[in-house]
Amino acid sequence: MAAKSDFVWQKYGPAIVGFGAVAVSIIFIEILIRIGVINRFIVPLPSQIAVSFERVILEEEIPRRFLQTAGECLAAGILVTVVGIAFGALLHRVHLLRQATEIWVAAMASAPTVLMYPLFMVIFGRSATTIIMMGFAAGLAPVILKTVEGLSGARRVLINVGRSFNLTERQLFWKILFPAALPTIFVGIRLGLIFALINVVGVEFLINFGGLGQLINDLAERYDLPGTYAAICFVILVSVLFFMAMEKAEKWLRPGA
Amino acid sequence: MAETRRLTQTSARAIPGLGAVTLLRIAIIATILLTWELVAASGWLYKDVVPSFFAIAKALFNLLTTRVMVCQADFSLGPIPLRWELWMPEFYCHLGRTVREIGLALLIGGFSGLLIGLTLGANRFLSRAFEPVLYYLGPTPKIIFFPIMIMWFGLGPGSKVAMGAVSCFFPVVLSAAAGVREIDKVLIRVGKSFRANAWQTATKIYLPAMRPAIINSVRLGLGIALIGTLLAETKLSNFGIGFLIMQAYFLFDMPRMYASLIVLFVLAIGANSFISRLGHIDPIRSR
Repeated sequence: MAAKSDFVWQKYGPAIVGFGAVAVSIIFIEILIRIGVINRFIVPLPSQIAVSFERVILEEEIPRRFLQTAGECLAAGILVTVVGIAFGALLHRVHLLRQATEIWVAAMASAPTVLMYPLFMVIFGRSATTIIMMGFAAGLAPVILKTVEGLSGARRVLINVGRSFNLTERQLFWKILFPAALPTIFVGIRLGLIFALINVVGVEFLINFGGLGQLINDLAERYDLPGTYAAICFVILVSVLFFMAMEKAEKWLRPGA
Repeated sequence: MAETRRLTQTSARAIPGLGAVTLLRIAIIATILLTWELVAASGWLYKDVVPSFFAIAKALFNLLTTRVMVCQADFSLGPIPLRWELWMPEFYCHLGRTVREIGLALLIGGFSGLLIGLTLGANRFLSRAFEPVLYYLGPTPKIIFFPIMIMWFGLGPGSKVAMGAVSCFFPVVLSAAAGVREIDKVLIRVGKSFRANAWQTATKIYLPAMRPAIINSVRLGLGIALIGTLLAETKLSNFGIGFLIMQAYFLFDMPRMYASLIVLFVLAIGANSFISRLGHIDPIRSR
């Protein structure tokens, strides 16, 4: 009996402690605000935030905003995937080009590309195109790097089998190299999509245009504190769900990883 | 003849870095610059959106050397006054403010992240309890917390430092926790067999074994803190590099905006490469 309860504690104990700590923190903050230790004009009551969720969803056109942000992410994601894989494949094919530019692509990945949004605003205007292009610029480098890594990591024996069947270079790429590299490429796509999502929401907030990012800016400018906090919680929820879905998809593609 | 060939080969080898890769790099850069100049001169895009490369170079020179002003450098630590006034180009005053904000953000977010990461990495139960929360919160866009930071810390540097600290906290925690878990168990057992006390174990085994992980954490944290702080400066500020970029945007001074972005990118990539070299981290494989 003791062994069974020990097993249950080992299995579920950490999750209970984790969620319990979060719940206790929320209750503690509620008490501190109610007794006046925390200023309620700076931090709204968690209970107020919970109540304002319904208001924000109904009055602030959350479905439309969500679809707009999702559409921008999708457009940026498609661009990142198509251009990233194509450029990665080109770098893999032309070894000299890879040697010359791979370090630049790596530098691009570490560069604060999101800070170019004023430049993109001048070029594309205060529009969805700016947001999509910012998402694209942020997500491109990991897809290129992971595509090169995946194609270079294809097992030699598979390539030799292809050559023994007299496959053309095109057949070798589509029938052997690309399928073998797909799991690694998907890691890059997952990273690229996460970077794109972060930048899409961030730029929406910064330029006050679009979907969920703009909602936070709007509510903050109206000084609707519970609404602002609720909108932030909603964006966090969407990001976490998106991240979890991408992780599931990656596990499905790479069962052994 | 043979001697001539030998001398030619020696002189070819003596010019380092002029291999096919370097030549290709030069060709790519030259092509980009030439295309840029053609686009700038053609007027295909709106006038001044793509300024001439020479206009950008001139703006870069002006940015780094002109508009001299009195810059107040304040590094006071509590009762210890460390404050002085210097005459220098305006850019360096803004750079100084931004560097100070990023440094403080890295110190606060990075140090707290490192401490919590080490604790989570060393304790499996705590790791399983809290790491999933941090793991899933990590990739959320942190800039959305900026309205909260303004309410808590005001419009001054405090909210920018807070933004940077929140941004860099998550990658540092996760990287440090992973670093602790990756320490070779054999090393810890060797320490125990030598009866090393807690301090000796920490300083002689844990810290040296974790050096790459800690440096990688700092590298990740610096990059993210830089983005968080500068984005906050572009949103609402009257000082710093982010403010300079937005000022150029509002004045439609495109060469100055390009110049500011070039300096910023060079500094960011340079700092990242420096820390990568310090920890012997491959800049390509560490993405």
